[in-house]
Amino acid sequence: MVARIEVFAKVEDTRAKVKKKKLESSDFPGKIQELFLVDVFTIDKSFSLSQFEKIARMLINPVSQEFVVSTEKDKKYLNLKKFDFAIEIGFLPGVTDNIAHTVKEEIEDSFKEKFAQGENVYSSQIIFISGNLTQKNSENLVKNLINSLIQRAEIKSYSQYIKDRGMDFIVPKVKLTGKAEVIEVDLDISDEQLTLIGKQGIKNKDNTRRGPLALDLVYLKEIQKYFKKLNRNPTDIELETLAQTWSEHCKHTIFADPIDEIKNGLFKTYIKGATEKIRKKKGKKDFCVSVFSDNSGAIEFDNKYLITHKVETHNSPSALDPFGGALTGIVGVNRDTIGFGLGSKPVLNTYGFCFADPNNSTRYFRDKDLTQEVLSAKKIMEGVIEGVNVGGNCSGIPTPQGFLFFDDRYRAKPLVFCGTVGLIPKKAGAKLSHIKKAKPGDYIVMIGGRVGLDGIHGATFSSEEISSGSPATAVQIGDPITQKKFSDAIVKDSRDLNLFNSITDNGAGGLSSSVGEMAKESGGCKVFLEKVPVKYPGMQPWQIWISESQERMTLAVAKNKWKKFSKLMESRGVEATIIGEFTNSAKCQVFYKQSLPSGEGKNKLILDLEMEFLHNGLPKIHRKTKKPKLDINSRLSVEREYFSAKEALLKMLSRLNITSFEFISQQYDHEVQGESVLKPLQGKGRVNGEATISRVVLDSDQGVVLSQGLYPSYSEIDSYHMAASSIDSAIRNAVCVGANLEKLALLDNFCWCSSDDPERLYQLKMAAKACYDYAVAFRTPFISGKDSMFNDFKGFDERGESVKISVPPTLLISSIGIIDDIKKAVSLDLKFPGDLIYILGETFDELAGSELYFMLNQSGGNIPKVNAKVNLKLYQSLQKAIEQELVASAQSVNRGGLIIALAKTALAGKLGLEIDLKKLPGVVKKDDIALFSESQGRIVVSVSPENSKKFEKIMNGNNFNLIGEVRGDNQFKVMGISGKAIIETDLEILEKAYKKTFNDY
Amino acid sequence: MNKPKVLIFSGFGINSEEETKVGFDLAGGESDIVHINDLINKKFKINDYQILVFPGGFAYGDDTGAGLAYANKVKNHLWSDLEKFIKNKNLVIGICNGFQIIVNLGLLPALNFKYGKREVALLHNKTARYVCRWVDVKVTNNSPWLKDLDEIPIVISHGEGKFFADEKTLKEIKQKKLIALNYIKGEICNYQNLEYNPTGTLDDIAGITDESGRILGLMPHPERAMFFTQRPDWSLLKEKLKREGKKMPLYSPAIQIFKNAIDYFK
Repeated sequence: MVARIEVFAKVEDTRAKVKKKKLESSDFPGKIQELFLVDVFTIDKSFSLSQFEKIARMLINPVSQEFVVSTEKDKKYLNLKKFDFAIEIGFLPGVTDNIAHTVKEEIEDSFKEKFAQGENVYSSQIIFISGNLTQKNSENLVKNLINSLIQRAEIKSYSQYIKDRGMDFIVPKVKLTGKAEVIEVDLDISDEQLTLIGKQGIKNKDNTRRGPLALDLVYLKEIQKYFKKLNRNPTDIELETLAQTWSEHCKHTIFADPIDEIKNGLFKTYIKGATEKIRKKKGKKDFCVSVFSDNSGAIEFDNKYLITHKVETHNSPSALDPFGGALTGIVGVNRDTIGFGLGSKPVLNTYGFCFADPNNSTRYFRDKDLTQEVLSAKKIMEGVIEGVNVGGNCSGIPTPQGFLFFDDRYRAKPLVFCGTVGLIPKKAGAKLSHIKKAKPGDYIVMIGGRVGLDGIHGATFSSEEISSGSPATAVQIGDPITQKKFSDAIVKDSRDLNLFNSITDNGAGGLSSSVGEMAKESGGCKVFLEKVPVKYPGMQPWQIWISESQERMTLAVAKNKWKKFSKLMESRGVEATIIGEFTNSAKCQVFYKQSLPSGEGKNKLILDLEMEFLHNGLPKIHRKTKKPKLDINSRLSVEREYFSAKEALLKMLSRLNITSFEFISQQYDHEVQGESVLKPLQGKGRVNGEATISRVVLDSDQGVVLSQGLYPSYSEIDSYHMAASSIDSAIRNAVCVGANLEKLALLDNFCWCSSDDPERLYQLKMAAKACYDYAVAFRTPFISGKDSMFNDFKGFDERGESVKISVPPTLLISSIGIIDDIKKAVSLDLKFPGDLIYILGETFDELAGSELYFMLNQSGGNIPKVNAKVNLKLYQSLQKAIEQELVASAQSVNRGGLIIALAKTALAGKLGLEIDLKKLPGVVKKDDIALFSESQGRIVVSVSPENSKKFEKIMNGNNFNLIGEVRGDNQFKVMGISGKAIIETDLEILEKAYKKTFNDY
Repeated sequence: MNKPKVLIFSGFGINSEEETKVGFDLAGGESDIVHINDLINKKFKINDYQILVFPGGFAYGDDTGAGLAYANKVKNHLWSDLEKFIKNKNLVIGICNGFQIIVNLGLLPALNFKYGKREVALLHNKTARYVCRWVDVKVTNNSPWLKDLDEIPIVISHGEGKFFADEKTLKEIKQKKLIALNYIKGEICNYQNLEYNPTGTLDDIAGITDESGRILGLMPHPERAMFFTQRPDWSLLKEKLKREGKKMPLYSPAIQIFKNAIDYFK
């Protein structure tokens, strides 16, 4: 029997109130009078009515809630006063439904009875709305409320609702009818046919295609050759496996392949090359422990611990389902932590979002018929922010550090950066924790969630641009609690007992990738696919093998440890299953036993690939670049239009790229785990800082410093200096709060576009070269990185004209470092009236690509160039001054220039200041350059008068100057180069400008 | 004298157990983090302890209402042990998610000592959104947990912390002085010019006790506010102290909550 349990509030429901307000403020002003929410649990299991009622009582707090139980035989419904429409929103079949999952577990625990295959719980929500809504309005409302890729909606008018005695009984059960089978793919075909397989996938029997393999013709021909040699055709699962393993997403071919004169490729030469050189130079002071080889990079924290860090992107899925995409992004990168070494504990999350202006109303479509509309800029932004909220908060991992960057070229494809820092003791039981090795004979064990059709072709899909062919099954929703259970079971309960030899996460490529990778450690593997726990029956073998269903890890467990390990997992509510064995056969082999009606089955070898070919068989492509022609004008300095400096400052403070994003900082838990030292919002005025500090070991004086640097607006002008600026900023921000330069490491995330275009490749090459030059110069090694090369959208505008939108080449540099004594951390707020304000570093005419030019819509001039030698010396001096506790506040000069840094430090301290621009070091001839140039290597610090002599002595030999003083009132005053006051305002006005943009978020 | 033994619940999404343990251990207790299934399997026993802690977290992802699913699990398996533990005049605390759990278990307010009956609720915040920030609370009753404390700068991080009780229940709660903590505009809210009751909780209620005072439930997190360097204003205070030639303290007032619990058994 199927029952609907409908739960509703009998006191005021703030969720309904907020939803009503949100709908009114967006598309339906004045149209909604009342909104009422009902949570529905559809239970598909044979219970009696009284049992259903018992379940309902479990699901409410009777003080504030009531319920109705309705069955198909005995329909009951809520007797509400007349409304216009009832809209029920639920998930499509197969979409992860976390609430339902919890309810199912509760029922099983309470009734001590498991759900059988096919029985299930489904959650949905009814929104009852009354107001002045037409039928058309209600349809638009549904469009506003749901994402049709993952959700369904049912609308009923009041009369229909009464007539039907409520909403319908909908059981979104997954029904797969096809028989499981493995097909042979004929590769003895023309190049055109091969290309088609690469672009659209393997052909099904009904002539439909399975979705992109994203394999270039060169790769397909190599595969063709390999199987010709074997004298057979590949099976579908073999071809799918090669596509996953060889995907740009997994093998990073563009970074690995030879390019122009660089034979070893960009990664080996410039990124890894920099780290190797720095480590050698540092000698005994080398603090890198595990770089580039594992799921995260690791550096030494102290004698006892390592810290790990990894930053990922989840761009393509976030474009289609922003909430689910971002949620799986953050919980996915958590697994890169749990999957480091023998299991690192996630202790910090970071984020970074590149969006279009949420008020951008341009419409785009994925198809020519204009039926698949790209989500609005606002919806993408809100969904992504919410996804990281749920992922981070539910997992109990603080998320203090992050940034927002806006540019309309991110309209159809946002960039969603998610990072996780982990903490792991150097020794896990008797073993070194960062070393792992699956041994021949070890069981291959999968733990966590089950495998479903969600997340098929995620890896190959992200290796391509988004278009109408983008598979909807690539969209999925994360389940943080399932993950939290195994995360605790691994890093808190079993790691130090040495119950497993190796562990890795199931991310892109699913089992095919995790098992394939781990098999390298032992030298081979054999897997029995029918043993893999699935969400529902009827999946094809190849689907089980490559599905990216979330929240799973793969482990190597020695046979004699299995009993203890499985018992422990069971006691933690974690499903653990043996799915095969690691071998040293030099082969990756997959078997599948199809159950026959008799119960007997035949074990068939369906995948049989040599490890060597699987991992090293892909041919290298020699890539060529071409220097883009730069508009000659953009090199010339242009005469800027006259503007009032004060007006410009106020406008700049409200800009999306500068304004406060307190609404995010306050909804992302940054206090859990008790680590917070320097918070995302600092000072009396709650200003977003550029770096945070966390005390990840509560009895240590040391802390972890995190920051980021990113300048996509410089990329088209000069990607080399863009990368240099990002590195300088990420380092400078960290030094400003007290990081030790000797223990500072970097991570790179390249999010490029059209990476098959030689001009884009040239920009990539130059950016990578800058990474080498500047990392080496600053002696800050790269420890981990990730790239995403095709952030392009190919679709149609409102008139059906085809459009391509490419993101600007974007490089995120993240810094992770150590502060030796958290008690010496420096916040950005001015502290006391009378303190002296210094500028460290020189200001140049470097306004090209700046936020000011972005605002004025101007181009031309120079972008900042970084002098690493000069800056390193300056940063070392600052570090010394901070160690001696001479610095009262420090604010790195970033986007927006000096005046924005001054405004932030004053706003945070709620103290006024007076500055004289004449005193700026360097040859600055114009006020607008002095105020808004984004020259790197600059810091605004305040120092108490009694410390000024000592401070100046330490800074001696650097370019710096005393430029002003902290005032006792709230006046903000800047004297221009001519000697006249060019800005005279007060902090209330500045604060309003700084905080108004996201006031309603 | 033996150190008082503290049992800290974990599992199924609870996430603040480790820092909570740090608090009790610093205060002189001996605490064990115990997965709820290890209590159900009888590997550990509630009644081997003197202090029972339901820490903060996201048990079962707050699905179907924060704290509800975990409370059901406790009720299904551990209720009689829990009743015995309470009868023996031991201490219980529920912090944030833990508060939501013990409210759903009916341990609070347990009017007339009727443990197990639900009488209040913690609803979605007035913004229907998770909020993480510092607040000020004032101690308003005589719970042993809150001895020698008056105003406490402390952290909240939750989506469902709006206290609700019907009029009659609220009246009785007030009459019996069971409201333990109220949000007030104190030093933190003045420092950062913040709204003092950001969740819209009824009568500014941040925490309540049972009639014995030995069971405390509170939305704020003392374990995130026990060190001086956890405070949002610490770097300004440090600079001020330094200029006055004074040293910066190690702890923040909320540490006293852990000390009170341990001292109660001395």
